[in-house]
Amino acid sequence: MAGMTHVLDPDALSAGAPLRPEPPAPFSDVTRSDAALRAFLHGLPGVDQVGAEARVGVLATRSIKTTAKAWAIDTAISMVDLTTLEGADTPGKVRSLAAKAKQPDPTDPSCPQVAAVCVYGDLAGVARKALEGTGIHTAAVATAFPSGRASRAVKLADVRDAVAGGADEIDMVIDRGAFLAGRYLDVYDEIVAVKETCGDAHLKVILETGELVTLDNVRRASCLAMLAGGDFIKTSTGKISPAATLPVCLVMMEAVRDFRAATGRQVGVKPAGGIRTTKDAIRHLVLVNEVAGPDWLSPERFRFGASGLLNDLLLQRQKLHSGHYSGPDHVSVD
Amino acid sequence: MTTAPPSPFEYAPAPESRSIVDIAPSYGLFVDGEFVDGSGTPFTTVDPATEEVLSEVAAGTAEDVDRAVKAARRAFTRTWGPMRPADRGKYLFRIARLLQERAREFAVLESLDNGKPIRESRDVDVPLAAAHFFYHAGWADKLDWAGLGPGPRPLGVAGQVIPWNFPLLMLAWKVAPALATGNTVVLKPAETTPLTALLFAEVCRQADLPPGVVNIVTGAGDTGRAVVEHEDVDKVAFTGSTEVGKSIARAVAGTRKKLTLELGGKAANIVFDDAPIDQAVEGIVLGIFSNQGHVCCAGSRLLVQEDVHDEVVASLQRRIGTLRLGDPLDKNTDIGAINSHLQLARIRELVDIGEAEGAQRWQPACELPERGFWFPPTVFTDVSPAHRIARDEVFGPVLSVLTFRTPDEAVAKANNTTYGLSAGIWSEKGSRILAIADRLRAGVVWANTFNRFDPTSPFGGYKQSGYGREGGRVGLAAYLKEAR
Amino acid sequence: MSERLSVRKTYKLYVNGAFPRSESGRTYEVTDARGSFLANVARASRKDARDAVVAARAAFPKWSGATAYNRGQVLYRVAEVMEGRSAQFCEEVAALEGLSTSKARAAVDAAVDRWVWYAGWTDKLAAVLGGVNPVAGPYVDFSLPEPTGVVAVLAPQRSSLLGLVSVLAPVLAGGNTAVVVTSRNRPLPAVTLGEVLATSDVPGGVANLLTGDAGEIGPWLAEHDDVDAVDLTGAPAGQAMELERLAAGSVKRVLRPPAEEPDWTADPGLSRLTPFLETKTVWHPIGL
Repeated sequence: MAGMTHVLDPDALSAGAPLRPEPPAPFSDVTRSDAALRAFLHGLPGVDQVGAEARVGVLATRSIKTTAKAWAIDTAISMVDLTTLEGADTPGKVRSLAAKAKQPDPTDPSCPQVAAVCVYGDLAGVARKALEGTGIHTAAVATAFPSGRASRAVKLADVRDAVAGGADEIDMVIDRGAFLAGRYLDVYDEIVAVKETCGDAHLKVILETGELVTLDNVRRASCLAMLAGGDFIKTSTGKISPAATLPVCLVMMEAVRDFRAATGRQVGVKPAGGIRTTKDAIRHLVLVNEVAGPDWLSPERFRFGASGLLNDLLLQRQKLHSGHYSGPDHVSVD
Repeated sequence: MTTAPPSPFEYAPAPESRSIVDIAPSYGLFVDGEFVDGSGTPFTTVDPATEEVLSEVAAGTAEDVDRAVKAARRAFTRTWGPMRPADRGKYLFRIARLLQERAREFAVLESLDNGKPIRESRDVDVPLAAAHFFYHAGWADKLDWAGLGPGPRPLGVAGQVIPWNFPLLMLAWKVAPALATGNTVVLKPAETTPLTALLFAEVCRQADLPPGVVNIVTGAGDTGRAVVEHEDVDKVAFTGSTEVGKSIARAVAGTRKKLTLELGGKAANIVFDDAPIDQAVEGIVLGIFSNQGHVCCAGSRLLVQEDVHDEVVASLQRRIGTLRLGDPLDKNTDIGAINSHLQLARIRELVDIGEAEGAQRWQPACELPERGFWFPPTVFTDVSPAHRIARDEVFGPVLSVLTFRTPDEAVAKANNTTYGLSAGIWSEKGSRILAIADRLRAGVVWANTFNRFDPTSPFGGYKQSGYGREGGRVGLAAYLKEAR
Repeated sequence: MSERLSVRKTYKLYVNGAFPRSESGRTYEVTDARGSFLANVARASRKDARDAVVAARAAFPKWSGATAYNRGQVLYRVAEVMEGRSAQFCEEVAALEGLSTSKARAAVDAAVDRWVWYAGWTDKLAAVLGGVNPVAGPYVDFSLPEPTGVVAVLAPQRSSLLGLVSVLAPVLAGGNTAVVVTSRNRPLPAVTLGEVLATSDVPGGVANLLTGDAGEIGPWLAEHDDVDAVDLTGAPAGQAMELERLAAGSVKRVLRPPAEEPDWTADPGLSRLTPFLETKTVWHPIGL
């Protein structure tokens, strides 16, 4: 009944059990049934919230100075997914963002480029064109971002559209309703379907941790997204508060670390939303460094989903190079 | 970690500035509100991270102790004893604030003299010391609710001997409750870490604390003995080794002196297979490697359920590999220097014994500074309850890993020690935690956490870990007697 | 008709719920206040003390693990059974302490009432001595009193029943198990108390009563590594310091003797409970 109004892709609703691709060994059998997947996810070690907060509290006291700070700022800049996700976005706005992505600090050509520009799917083509030849990725949010409340057919169409428009990275949202209702296999199947639809585009799976609430859920959702083939797991849409927090990032870094140890597959992490200052960014890098290890300290494996962060990184970079404090008029407005 | 690739993210040195502290070339004893010369041969205190001499400190003899006790007695009968309780409280509030105001100075000095990382002295030792004074300040005029009936009375002069592992914090644990309850104090700091106590003397002066209320007599074991054995001392409080604790208990036998002892430990940290593993690993690391393992309540015996043994040990080793050992004043240091040459020798001896007994020693690849006293974090696996490293307190960064199969076995092994200071439990199952906590014979049980302290929370041991409590309402009883 | 020849009682030790003779085979003569022979009483040896400690240790987990309500009922049961035998207690107390019948009666009544008083304490101690500690962090943190373990009690030498009950009942009320050396010269009410304990619901081994000489057995108990605390109330004059020194060897909790034997009718407050209670503090994080 509900299906009738949403049939955009008849294949997506084809009857009968779909041929479900297996997760990597040693987890290949955990998706054989709803019960098996549930047992697996609920069998993951719990996360003690206070302990996790205490851990990030200590990491947050790391004092990153001079050469280390310079390295961290440049690395952070190179990890930024420069993002605009507003209803008011226009091609002009996106082109301006792309210009900034290519040359974050016009006064200093040594300043690195960002990793990607992240936009809504309908503007992916604009971004792709503006970024032509730069090596900067075009990321598009899809799957009825940010709520994810649409039929699977609509979501897949959304993905197809963005990829067709030129996105080489897709930031999807999981079905939090299904996840919180315990329909893990539905969530899994959807991620698998999106991944398939992405083709060569990289898939970032947004967990929207602010709606999952508990760190146990973050751990389970991270694992689910990795099993389903996500290339990155991402904290948030930026539309829900709280967005990226250090404890959430800690749990996700532990999840990707353990997943690689078990399967050999290395999944990236993208905290998004709420990271506004250089200090925040450096704290995240410290966390990456000490929890998952240096293998994750590159834009291939770690991103910041942010807009305002870049300017603060640039101001701090200028201060570090000039020796004196800079001001907001010395960096470009978005 | 030994197998981790070198990180491009090398933290540049971030040393806390030493210039905030002004260490005098020599210090006297603090008696009756004045710094005075000691009669003994002065001794030096060194920075254990560099072996550099920090200062020369007076050694108190029995005569010096006698002068201090007389000053304390005078203050007890003339000023501090008769003072309005609310005013005593106000002095303690002042001290708490002064400690907060001079927190950085205390932290740097503590790290210099003790070798502990500045992160710990700054974030743990000093704030907790201030909190202890703040908490006890409030008790001073509320002692009718201390649990000893109306109008409890102070004991008189308290002789207090404290260890080198938390020099300022242990001072606070001793001095704050003693003063709040109306006693006066003669305190003997540890020989290797006298400097923050002497800086505390300056705080007492800034607070205008009446002379004689707090007296600080530095020195070694003989000085401590003179404090404990002085006839006019009404109360003895000691934190330190079980061996010395026993000799103190013998020394005060048959006297009127009230005694509280906070002694050694060999805490079991029990990890069940349903534990939150990452947090458990953090708790294990905090439990045995914080303060270089120089912690009486350190979780020195890891009891891990057999079916997660390999996973926990692997996680633990990986985590230990990320610890940063070195300059205690560097804000990024996790593991500082061993406090003294003597202690280092003791750790080495026990580690050698552990290897000789057949346990498997593991240490991360880790470069130790050339000067100073250092020992890498060490994990022994294949440890049997019969091994000495499973029984003796090492008081260093050395963890012994044992296994268990059932909760009963975990409890039996945890309690199989002459100590009973603390224990840890890691499990996500509430009823099991409560059942195990109930059956552990230990004064402090940390469930899904470890090494947390608070002035409101009583701390102290069962069995040969000592008697009496510090902190909380029951801690006041150590310094009071009933009105009748 | 000639008067009936009475059946005399054999006064034995009370260990592990049974009434053995001393393993040493020794007895000693007990006389009344005027010096007339009353009975031959078992004279406990160090090995009897050793056996009693083993029994007390074995009984500790169950007794300390019982609910406070249950312990209270058991101690109240002791009072009930004692009340039923008060005539016998009166006779023994009067004879040994040289008291008038009415004074002996008062002492026995007070002893019974003391059991009742302590029976009512068992399930109040945690509320009065423990509580939640408001720590500055996301943790629930509570402290509660727990029994110290095996307590060796040198019972008062003069007050043969009220004194004995006054030192034994608080040890048991707190959940400890006890090895008591009774008044040397006035041991008969202690033996009768053992019979009361045996026929109440006190599990065997929880309270062990050794008649004999505290001066002889005391040092063995004070030095015993598996004894957690000693109450020196009835220590022979001049021996207390030595016993305290011996106790230091295993960091025992020591309740020092009063300068002279106190008035046992006075309200003891918590003064005899807290020396044999430990405080356990438990922490747990509060998180989602």
